[in-house]
Amino acid sequence: MATLVVNGVERRYDGDPDMPLLWFLRDELGLTGTKFGCGQALCGACTVHLDGAAVRACQTPLSAAEGTKVTTIEGLSPDGGHPVQAAWRDLNVSQCGYCQTGQIMQAVSLLNDTPNPTDDDIDGAMAGNLCRCGTYPRIRAAIKQAATKGGKT
Amino acid sequence: MSARTTGAASGGVANVSRRGLLAGIGAGAFVLAVGLPVATQAQQQKAFGADGMPNGWRDDPKIFIAIAEDGTVSITCTRSEMGQGVRTSIPMVIADELEADWSKVRVVQATGDEGRFGNQDTDGSRSLRHFFMPMRRAGAAARTMLEQAAANQWRVPVAQVRAANHAVTHAASGRTLGYGALAKAAAELPVPARDTLRLKDPSAFKFIGKDATGLIDNRDITTGKAVYGIDARVEGTLYAVVARPPVYGGKATAVDSAEALKVPGVLKVVAIDPPAVPSEFQPLGGVAVVARNTYAAMKGRDALKITWDDGPNAVYSSDTYRASLEEAARKPAKVVRNEGDVDRAMAGAAKKVEAEYYVPHLAQAPLEPPAALVRIVDGRAEAWACTQAPQVTRTRLAQRLGIPEDKVTVNVTLLGGGFGRKSKPDFVIEAGLCSKAMDGAPVKLTWTREDDLHHGYYHTVSAERLEAGLDASGKPVAWLHRSAAPTIGSIFAPDMKHEMPFELGMGLVNTPFVIPNIRAENPEAPAFTRIGWFRSVSNIPHAFAVQSFVAELAHAAGRDPKDYLLELIGPPRIVDPIALGDVWNHGEDPKLYPIDTGRLRRVVETAAAGIGWGRQVGQNRGLGIAGHYSFVSYVAVAAEVEVDGRGRLSIPRVDIAVDAGPLVNPERVRSQMEGAVVMGTGLATSAEISFKNGRVEQNNYDSYELTRIDTAPRDIRVHLLPSNDYSRPLGGVGEPGVPPVAPAIANAVFAATGKRIRQLPIRDQLTA
Repeated sequence: MATLVVNGVERRYDGDPDMPLLWFLRDELGLTGTKFGCGQALCGACTVHLDGAAVRACQTPLSAAEGTKVTTIEGLSPDGGHPVQAAWRDLNVSQCGYCQTGQIMQAVSLLNDTPNPTDDDIDGAMAGNLCRCGTYPRIRAAIKQAATKGGKT
Repeated sequence: MSARTTGAASGGVANVSRRGLLAGIGAGAFVLAVGLPVATQAQQQKAFGADGMPNGWRDDPKIFIAIAEDGTVSITCTRSEMGQGVRTSIPMVIADELEADWSKVRVVQATGDEGRFGNQDTDGSRSLRHFFMPMRRAGAAARTMLEQAAANQWRVPVAQVRAANHAVTHAASGRTLGYGALAKAAAELPVPARDTLRLKDPSAFKFIGKDATGLIDNRDITTGKAVYGIDARVEGTLYAVVARPPVYGGKATAVDSAEALKVPGVLKVVAIDPPAVPSEFQPLGGVAVVARNTYAAMKGRDALKITWDDGPNAVYSSDTYRASLEEAARKPAKVVRNEGDVDRAMAGAAKKVEAEYYVPHLAQAPLEPPAALVRIVDGRAEAWACTQAPQVTRTRLAQRLGIPEDKVTVNVTLLGGGFGRKSKPDFVIEAGLCSKAMDGAPVKLTWTREDDLHHGYYHTVSAERLEAGLDASGKPVAWLHRSAAPTIGSIFAPDMKHEMPFELGMGLVNTPFVIPNIRAENPEAPAFTRIGWFRSVSNIPHAFAVQSFVAELAHAAGRDPKDYLLELIGPPRIVDPIALGDVWNHGEDPKLYPIDTGRLRRVVETAAAGIGWGRQVGQNRGLGIAGHYSFVSYVAVAAEVEVDGRGRLSIPRVDIAVDAGPLVNPERVRSQMEGAVVMGTGLATSAEISFKNGRVEQNNYDSYELTRIDTAPRDIRVHLLPSNDYSRPLGGVGEPGVPPVAPAIANAVFAATGKRIRQLPIRDQLTA
């Protein structure tokens, strides 16, 4: 039996402890904002916060999430008003949008650690998040905009 | 309302849509018309543009617009959203003519139903090109009906009332009624005749051509509420994955599912019949595992013991296939364009230059892999799918499930990228077969990334050979281009070994250079895997070869490559694509959409000016340029690269200039061009799909490497050529940005290092 807190709500799961957190969130809880892209921690689409740190949910077995606090995109802010989310909308970062929840969760983590990131900081933190549409210039600009408006949670 | 429709293209060579293509094969219409008199070619062209697409177009406002009594305007978008912004841009067109308040607009996504909506194939960069005018008319008709309803109520002539900003006003009496109050009466009025509609003067546009409209799905995307195909869920959803034959055309000869069925959560193992080859849009066959969740399904699949018969395509290996393509490109082959006498001019040339280029297979690899949900209730099937082809999906699903089409509903979700992969509904059919095997229970079927890379519809692989003869001044007097590449036609019919007209017309035959002797040839290239559309399609290898070769000729002639390219394009003039041997012209009327070399020149000049062509860039750096006409738009790219002492390539800056005619949503055009630069960078520098013994060698994003934020060009500048004349036809936007990127980068690498890139991707070629 795994017990964890997801977006402030306690959740239990008594199935396969090897199941990645990703599929628990998506298939069991219906929190589909966390995306599947590769299953191998190569694309970042499944990025969530585990006790405040960005992790790839596809490579986080439930056994490792036991007792943790998980934040998904659905729980990042009550109204979608986190400065990073607002910057993403303001600059129309998204094209298809599929990778963007993972990008946002990763960017929030970056800004929590580094409130005023340099381009190299952004490269270092965001290189694990693929965007096949190629929105990188706007992701970079949105992170900088959010930083000036207090991206830190 | 009598919407004009056209049936599935009946052998129309000129306007090959993806389904016209199917119909055409049976009719033998693939025989390239080169060699036939021009008049005969013209006779084959039955319809152009949206008229030539299956089921044509509609402009009836009652199909697309519904206004509620609270004033909410629901606009139905019939095209699939995959990142190009169509769910924002098409409603902008309607809302503008309708004089709607954007804050009261909501967008409804159409189900697959072309009998009602007109063509829905979201491909070929043609959503706005084909639907700009019909959507303007729909909006204007609805606005007229609202005005008429107000005039009727007030008993005044309709000429005295005016709709503006979601209300109709009678200025003389100061009376105003909101759209909500008028909606019911307006909806009961007849739709005004098309030729009576008063379209807005473009100077009065509020949304069209403006940058102010944010993405309609912005909030849903940034809060995780947006629903893609992989996210669709209904009560009781089951989950499935499929083990497919590792080699195209293979089949399972023995399946032991005992261990799979022991995995907790696994419910059933379902055999999927192998298709006839070529397999068109049908599933590849194999064994599906249906479970309580996706992870259990994947574990169950891992536990299957399957013996595969690989079939004849197990011989397919990229290294030997490449050699065979190159060999074919060195011999005379089927002539697809011929002007002057190339052999004679070549023999008399002062200098001869030749080069061979290679572009490998690519996978679209959208971040959202193929995934769909299907359930069957009371003889009716319902699908939720990330499909670029809603009607094709409906038709194929109905056929395979044996359910009448009118009892099949295809709900179109958002697409987490498409790039051509999701034009093929094989994955939706798989979900349908699984649902059927589970007595109609809803089954969500997901492809893993490995599935996506191993079982794709790959971008063609191509060997391009160029030869040119230069005169004493360095000017080309002869040009020979041979392109050997398996055709997309090979997924539809056996023994398809030549590029089809739509592939030839993507930069092989329709290169508008002023060279007196030009010949293009197309050797045979059999297909051993599924070849499919990849964003920009055959323009990618053709433009890479042609635009690299132009720079090679410039070097041989001791000339500046930008000046040399402009000289080959020649003076501004209008070129008839049919005169070049291009009977396709991206499906458009050659009179409406001729090749305008003045526009091609302008984008080259604009990109060059943008990057500061001719400036000193410092050691280890270089500038490169390329320009290409595709999807009836003109794009040029200028790139600045740096290659450090260890041979590592970086791209500090790219300028991309585009002339796509008048623009609906320039903000999204910029976004598409930025994305095209990044995707073009990926295929130029790192992405390759290769085969060994019929199997794809890449498994995931570690071996199929795409551009990331730290390897993308740092500074991308988009230059939109201004065009405010909305009476001119629109060009494509989604695809034409990609083709010039790779040759611009390769040409910049040459300028920086003296090393000529003739095969993609560049990867470690500079470290040697």
